[in-house]
Amino acid sequence: MKPLPPLVRVILGVAALSIGAAYVLPIWEIQLWAPQYPEGLNMKIWLSRISGDFEIINGINHYIGMRTIKAEMFPEFKVMPWLGGVLIGVGLLGALRGSRRWLRAFAGLLCLTGILGLADYYRWGYDYGHNLDPKAAINVPGMSYQPPLIGYKNLLNFVAYSGPDYGGWVFIAVGCTAVALVAWDWWHTRPAPVRP
Amino acid sequence: MNTRTYVLLPAALAFSGAAFFSGCKPKQVVVAPVQSGVAEKVYVAPGKHDEFYNIVSGGFSGGVAVYGLPSGRLFRQIPVFSQHPESGYGYTEETKALLNTSYGPQFWDDQHHTSLSTTKGEHDGRWIFANANNTPRIARISLQTFRTEEIIEIPNSSGNHSSPFVTENTEYTVAGTRFAYPLDDEGSSPDVPINTYKENFKSTVSFVAVDPQHGRMNVAFQVLLPGVDIDLARAGKLKSHGWVFFSCYNSELAHTLLEVNASQKDKDFIVAINWKKAEEYVKAGQGRKSRTKYCHNVLDEGTHTATSTVKEEVIVLDAAKLPGIAYLMPCPKSPHGCDTDPTGSYIVGSGKLAALIPVFSFDKMLAAIEKKDHEGEFMGLPVLKYESVLHGEVKKPGLGPLHTEFDGKGFAYTSFFVTSEIVKWNIQTLQVVDRQPTFYSVGHLTVPGGPTTKPHGKYAIAYNKITKDRYLPTGPELTQSAQLYDISGEKMKLLLDFPTVGEPHYAEAIPAALVAPKSKKFYKIEDNRHPYVTKSEKDARVVREGNVVRVYMTAIRSHVAPDNIEGVKLGDTVYFHVTNLEQDWDVPHGFAIKGLGAELLIMPGETATLKYVPTRVGIAPFYCTDFCSALHQEMQGYLRVSPANSRVPLTFGLGDTAK
Repeated sequence: MKPLPPLVRVILGVAALSIGAAYVLPIWEIQLWAPQYPEGLNMKIWLSRISGDFEIINGINHYIGMRTIKAEMFPEFKVMPWLGGVLIGVGLLGALRGSRRWLRAFAGLLCLTGILGLADYYRWGYDYGHNLDPKAAINVPGMSYQPPLIGYKNLLNFVAYSGPDYGGWVFIAVGCTAVALVAWDWWHTRPAPVRP
Repeated sequence: MNTRTYVLLPAALAFSGAAFFSGCKPKQVVVAPVQSGVAEKVYVAPGKHDEFYNIVSGGFSGGVAVYGLPSGRLFRQIPVFSQHPESGYGYTEETKALLNTSYGPQFWDDQHHTSLSTTKGEHDGRWIFANANNTPRIARISLQTFRTEEIIEIPNSSGNHSSPFVTENTEYTVAGTRFAYPLDDEGSSPDVPINTYKENFKSTVSFVAVDPQHGRMNVAFQVLLPGVDIDLARAGKLKSHGWVFFSCYNSELAHTLLEVNASQKDKDFIVAINWKKAEEYVKAGQGRKSRTKYCHNVLDEGTHTATSTVKEEVIVLDAAKLPGIAYLMPCPKSPHGCDTDPTGSYIVGSGKLAALIPVFSFDKMLAAIEKKDHEGEFMGLPVLKYESVLHGEVKKPGLGPLHTEFDGKGFAYTSFFVTSEIVKWNIQTLQVVDRQPTFYSVGHLTVPGGPTTKPHGKYAIAYNKITKDRYLPTGPELTQSAQLYDISGEKMKLLLDFPTVGEPHYAEAIPAALVAPKSKKFYKIEDNRHPYVTKSEKDARVVREGNVVRVYMTAIRSHVAPDNIEGVKLGDTVYFHVTNLEQDWDVPHGFAIKGLGAELLIMPGETATLKYVPTRVGIAPFYCTDFCSALHQEMQGYLRVSPANSRVPLTFGLGDTAK
């Protein structure tokens, strides 16, 4: 089979390299609003750390027995920087070698990362929102506080939002690009229709 | 399509789905719901008067503030438990004694609640009662002069929070122990380890009798209770007259990390005290006389001077030994507010950690007491069965209920700190009928006449605990924020934000018509019985008594007499007894002297005294500090201070006599 056309290889290379932006940009954001927090509370998740108002969020949430958010809570932070490196490597390798197989691996890995990432985030959110300290001061029967996966959710007096941040958008853009490249390539290299 | 497409499509959809959600992200979710056309509802035209006085506790300012409603305008800060430089309160010789306690003079306190005197459960416009939380005290303030007339210390207590709520005819104003502490039979606090809390720590609730004529206070008796933290109180009224209901938290009897350790039990208590029964025990001599020490400070209106006396005895009734005084009603999750409705039939407990509001029935409580319908005992006190005393629960009203007021039309208004809102509900059906957000995190709320048998209704005022962006920022320290709501309709309407001083907790509001006509305009000079009064300018003089020099000074527009004084020496103590000779409304004079960081502000017909100990030789100018007249600036004089060994004779004068 022919190697990937030069344009695809350039785009693939640029896409792979732009994952590097995720090292300096936040991946995900969580925002909270309440009447007494009109300016909102903002927490950002990076490849290997968290930042923002999580201390204030901890201060509020301890009343209902939610655990203290801190970097050690996320073993993912040990893996994610390496995973980013692997993705960049796979993408670059595909671009350099013009290999269709590596392009598909790149796109597949990205999608897998996205899906597993969301699944992992859901798992964390479920645990964070349900696994409450039984000694908490406020205990609302039947109430749990799982943050939304993506989008908005009302949690008592708070409106919570969860969604990708700049780094996340880079990932998404790279993912879309990779998928588009695979699709474009598949369309142009598909076998000629068999005429009856 | 081949199989690869099936794999790729969902992935692409997931990505675009994320993009869609993020696209709807608003900049701000919460918007203040202010309706148009509210301005005229709070606008009081220049020269016109407000409809209500709003008598607001000053929190850590230690005083009480007076606002107008519906305008939210601040009229006056009444100094009570804290020194107040602008009026000389706590600095003058006349007012120093008001701040005496058994711990020595206290120049600051934490003022949480106000309670207006009532007759037959209705506002009578006579007095304001105010509590001091830190060094337990109750003050009585006149609604004629808006001045503190009396402060009584509460013995055998600490953290006087559940105070100074009055009974139906102001028979009593009550006090209670928020910080249970060790108490021995002698009324002193023994030296015991903190971890012996369960054995040694106690609480008391005090009934301070109020003389119906003059308002003079007297600690009539105290009820000894287990070491729970007594939080708030309301007297019964009409059918429940004769009872006072106190909420309490920390029935866990924790002494550390109360945030967690005092929040473990599903229910704490409302302590129902039958004070008529307690009176019988007192009369029968069943009380124990506790030897203790507390101050009683009274301002005499004739002499304009406060005196302080130390009292050493108080009657204590042990609720665990004398049946029929105290009953416990289980109340969910650390109740804070404990409010009785205008009919006296219902007691609303506000478990600040609960997700419901229990409403107790006074009739059911009496029936449960009658039938001995107990679910157990707590440290010797009967615990009534929750279900037996319950009228019902308001379900899912919000989170963090704190306080409830009433409009007299069958509705209750409960403040919610956590969910930052006021919730209106029907007392009979227990259905929530309206909710409005507050900005931000309301603590107490007030409906004019809300705690009386005849609420005046019309407005609800939220006293918010968080201000944030409601006003122009002033650095890290912000003004406190109150909000006025119109409650005359079915739905509450936010009308106005207004800033408040100190940190308001509870407040009351009373129709201006009950107070304004009786407001004093000035003190009659002929009624002035101050021992150092100077009733006419010709009597103005300076008298030496050993090292003490007394200046009998008068002030009238636009001079003081005398205004030249010589013969004062280092080592002397000078008392300026200044009498304001004016007999007209709103002509106060001030007095200050160089090198002394305090002033007098003297109302017409009043005498006030500033103590001055010169620290250096030379001329000390003095002057009027209140802009009294066109020639106020000329209202000045000189005091000559000579060395200790000088032989300058004592002379004084004004005009010709000073030449």
